[in-house]
Amino acid sequence: MSEILSAPYVLEYTYTRSTGPVVGRFLENLRYEVLEGVKTADGRVLCPPLEYDEEGEPTTGEFVPLRPSGTVKTWSWVPEPRKGHPFDRPFAWALVQIDGTDNAMVHAVDAGKAKRMKTGMRVRLRWADEKNGTIRDIACFEPISPYLPGPVHIEYEVKPGKHYTAYLRGLQEGKFIGGMDPEAGKVYVPPRGADPTTGNPTTEYVEVADVGVLTTFTIIRIPFEGQKLTPPYCFGAIVLDGADTPIYHLVSGVPHDEIRMGMRVKAKWKPQEQWETSLENILYFEPTGEPDAPFDSYKEHL
Amino acid sequence: MAEQCAVIGIGQTKHRESRRDLSIPGLVRDAAIRALRDADMTWKDIDSIVLGTAPDMFEGVMMPELWLSDALGAAGKPIFRVHTAGSVGGSTAVVASHLIQGGVHEKVLTLAFEKQSEANAMWALSPVVPFQPQLVAGAGGYFAPLIRSYIRRADAHPDTGCMVAVKDRQNGLLNPNAHLHLNQTLEEVKASPMLWDPIRYSETCPSSDGAVAMVLVSEKHADRVKNPAWVKGTSVRTERTFFAGRDQVNPEAGKLCAKDVYDEAGISNPLKEIDCAEVYVPFSWFEPMWLENLGFADEGEGWKMTMEGETKIGGEMPLNMSGGVMCTNPIGASGMLRFAEAARQVRGTAEQHQVDGAKVALGHAYGGGSQFFATWIVSSER
Amino acid sequence: MRDVAIVSFSQLPSVKAIEAADEPELVQPVTSDAMKQVGLTQDDIGFTCSGSTDYLPGRPFSFVAAVDGLKAWPPIRESHVEMDGAFALYEAWVRLMHGDIDTALVFSFGKSSLGPVPDILNLQNDPYYVQPLGLDSISAAALQAQAMIDGRKATERDFAEVVARNRKNAIDNPNAHIKGDFSVDAMLEEPYISSPLRKSFCPPLSDSAAAVVLAAGDTAKKLVKRPAWIRGIDHRTEPHALGQRDLTTSPSSKLAAEKAGIAKGEVDIAELHAPFAHQEIILREAMGLGDGVNVNPSGGALAANSLMTAGLIRFGEAASRVLSGDANRALAHTTNGVCLQHNLVAILEGE
Repeated sequence: MSEILSAPYVLEYTYTRSTGPVVGRFLENLRYEVLEGVKTADGRVLCPPLEYDEEGEPTTGEFVPLRPSGTVKTWSWVPEPRKGHPFDRPFAWALVQIDGTDNAMVHAVDAGKAKRMKTGMRVRLRWADEKNGTIRDIACFEPISPYLPGPVHIEYEVKPGKHYTAYLRGLQEGKFIGGMDPEAGKVYVPPRGADPTTGNPTTEYVEVADVGVLTTFTIIRIPFEGQKLTPPYCFGAIVLDGADTPIYHLVSGVPHDEIRMGMRVKAKWKPQEQWETSLENILYFEPTGEPDAPFDSYKEHL
Repeated sequence: MAEQCAVIGIGQTKHRESRRDLSIPGLVRDAAIRALRDADMTWKDIDSIVLGTAPDMFEGVMMPELWLSDALGAAGKPIFRVHTAGSVGGSTAVVASHLIQGGVHEKVLTLAFEKQSEANAMWALSPVVPFQPQLVAGAGGYFAPLIRSYIRRADAHPDTGCMVAVKDRQNGLLNPNAHLHLNQTLEEVKASPMLWDPIRYSETCPSSDGAVAMVLVSEKHADRVKNPAWVKGTSVRTERTFFAGRDQVNPEAGKLCAKDVYDEAGISNPLKEIDCAEVYVPFSWFEPMWLENLGFADEGEGWKMTMEGETKIGGEMPLNMSGGVMCTNPIGASGMLRFAEAARQVRGTAEQHQVDGAKVALGHAYGGGSQFFATWIVSSER
Repeated sequence: MRDVAIVSFSQLPSVKAIEAADEPELVQPVTSDAMKQVGLTQDDIGFTCSGSTDYLPGRPFSFVAAVDGLKAWPPIRESHVEMDGAFALYEAWVRLMHGDIDTALVFSFGKSSLGPVPDILNLQNDPYYVQPLGLDSISAAALQAQAMIDGRKATERDFAEVVARNRKNAIDNPNAHIKGDFSVDAMLEEPYISSPLRKSFCPPLSDSAAAVVLAAGDTAKKLVKRPAWIRGIDHRTEPHALGQRDLTTSPSSKLAAEKAGIAKGEVDIAELHAPFAHQEIILREAMGLGDGVNVNPSGGALAANSLMTAGLIRFGEAASRVLSGDANRALAHTTNGVCLQHNLVAILEGE
């Protein structure tokens, strides 16, 4: 079997947070170096303030000013920070109970050395130089003694698996490969590893044509974020000759008002030297000029 | 089944494009409190919580039920998370009803939410993943070809989709919680831009922030309210996205899901025995398609019911009296909104959009590539 | 309540990376094997339920592809939880209580090899107060472990001994990822990742998939000689914020174990889903599991830890020992969330 494919993939999203009246006020005040806690119905003070306490009771909305110092309740020393940690030098994570409160805050302690960390130690808050109304406006805590939120960004590997790899390898060689469970006899393009009607593994690979029937389609006229093409363009379902499931691709090389259900189409390949393990080796499907397939011949694919 | 299950509390937020006034905990709490008040209950009365929402990436919090446990008063209780794509709101309510019917719990709070304004939803649906074909179609791109297939197969009147959009938006005007309040004429809808031919702009659903909650109880707690909605049938059915010979227009999974609930509820003629339905219609053309899939119309005939006005309030089978997904679409909550609105109808609490004398109603949700289905039947009679 | 039992279990060996399989390719072998063991096919299954998370592969709706590993024709009754597969088992158990169907297939799959799991798990944290700081799952667990030490509830040597015992137990487990005789003293020489956690006190990150078949009443008795009856099953959660909890205890697992009926008899074995060594100590104390209980004969999550699957594997490992007659009364446990926030417990019995 050929080598299994693998490629880096970065998932990165940004979010606009609506923080509500309690969390929102706390975070906004951090900009002005104001640290506050919120009172619970039973008289405790929480910092960071929560909208609902651990019993599910709404907190009162009454805020109390706090001194920017506290006590470490538990901690962990990180000798080699990970990507995404608040420091790139050794530091400690800690739960810090701010003076005058009844809960504790997760944050970092910039202590320089693990030896300076101790449960029960006193710490003071260090403000960030630049503030933008987030929890990172608190840069960290630091020992009292003689002495930015980014987007979600995670790096993954994608491994498309044995069958999809076979499909992509086929495309690299200019071929469409389908998978078949001999008991069912239906050809799936791309192969998915199991036949849905029998549950058996699709054990046989079958090459199918790069010519087929456009069964149905849409003309996309709307621009949207992340779009690769400029509307309008046609996107359709194509059942390749020899296949029993449609693939989806662009349809071009013909005026939009002439695109029809049942039209015979052929893959328009990129120049061979540009072929990769990708369906993008095919620029689009274009009409072959053959007579249209009769509706009855493809209606089971709709 | 060990126990009867009744819906005795229903609450929802006002749905808007952006609820910037509420945090995510505040949003789910708002719906939950309304449902508890409706049921004459407090947090302490609840045994168990079942939460549904669409992909975590919409809000960027992994398994948000963990974070939301404080806002939902869940400490010391079971909290459960369902995710079945677009049908999730429906399948979440089904899981909650089974907790009651199976005798596991007696008082269950179930809820669903989506705060789509916090992320770009369409983008979250389609990140560019190596080896996967690049994003070329967008949200409507998968469904537009199916709609073209339906129109061809049924030889449907081309105005059907526009008629549905006008009707659902008129219904939405009767629902103060609906996101869209649009007084549109058929001509205005027909003149709206074509996005994914044959889908026009006005034939698509909005993207909303919102949450919905229900309190489900066993028989002995149902008399807390004078008008419980009894759960008479539930089902979830799934088929694969692609397989040889798949009927994507009239999927077998949807038909079986309907058959399951009719059998369980003892319904032999759904058109006659069901008074109204809330059905998941994200693109208006899905109304005639689902009328056929649910057995309210013969195959190829659904569009005629729409064109003849039989799906309006006062028609033979009122559909989406609340305005439906066409007016309000917090994705993860959209399915549960259908289930909850069906229950409101048989409880007689649907206010301006009440169907007179509704006794039996159907709630429906679907997701994925028309492959995940959830339905329930609720009745005013035990 | 109906009597429901686990009647079969299948898993893929937990390894660092299953290169040659995507989701459906992981699902097909374990589901077909679990059904085949009891002579069933998908047509005989009344309900199918799976557990997984989109954040492992980093793709929304990733579970949709897993259905491609099943025979879903005619269309099946099916559901999915964005939780460990053990919670899918719970949903299937609830579904069987309804009474109209007698069998259920449960599966889960997790490829931890695709992304940086400790950073991914930061996304479970409060998005306003903790996520922006980048609190990875190892550091969060380390805060809990240090609280154990400060509270004089355990020492680092205790952690190392937990690891040594689990990985020694795993020697007999062909599906374990890390196994062998490990020296406690050598472990205590390892550098800290996030103190007081050293590499050995943390779980491996594995790829795997698992499936079980559930059956009710007489059907279970027909399928196997000695079904692993689920005598009780319950789950409970705790407040979310680490600063609102006593991290050295686990009131939710204590309550879940009580509700599952732990006190109704002696437990012989327990499969605890304790990814970090100190968490086993917390769970044992919370559930009152004494020295007489054989904890993690499979090696537990410290020997094999495929996310979203490790919990279901605990249920499968516990059930296997009941099915084989090696145990009479077994406890199976699964956790979810940061520092044991949410816990599921079941009691399985042979007779």
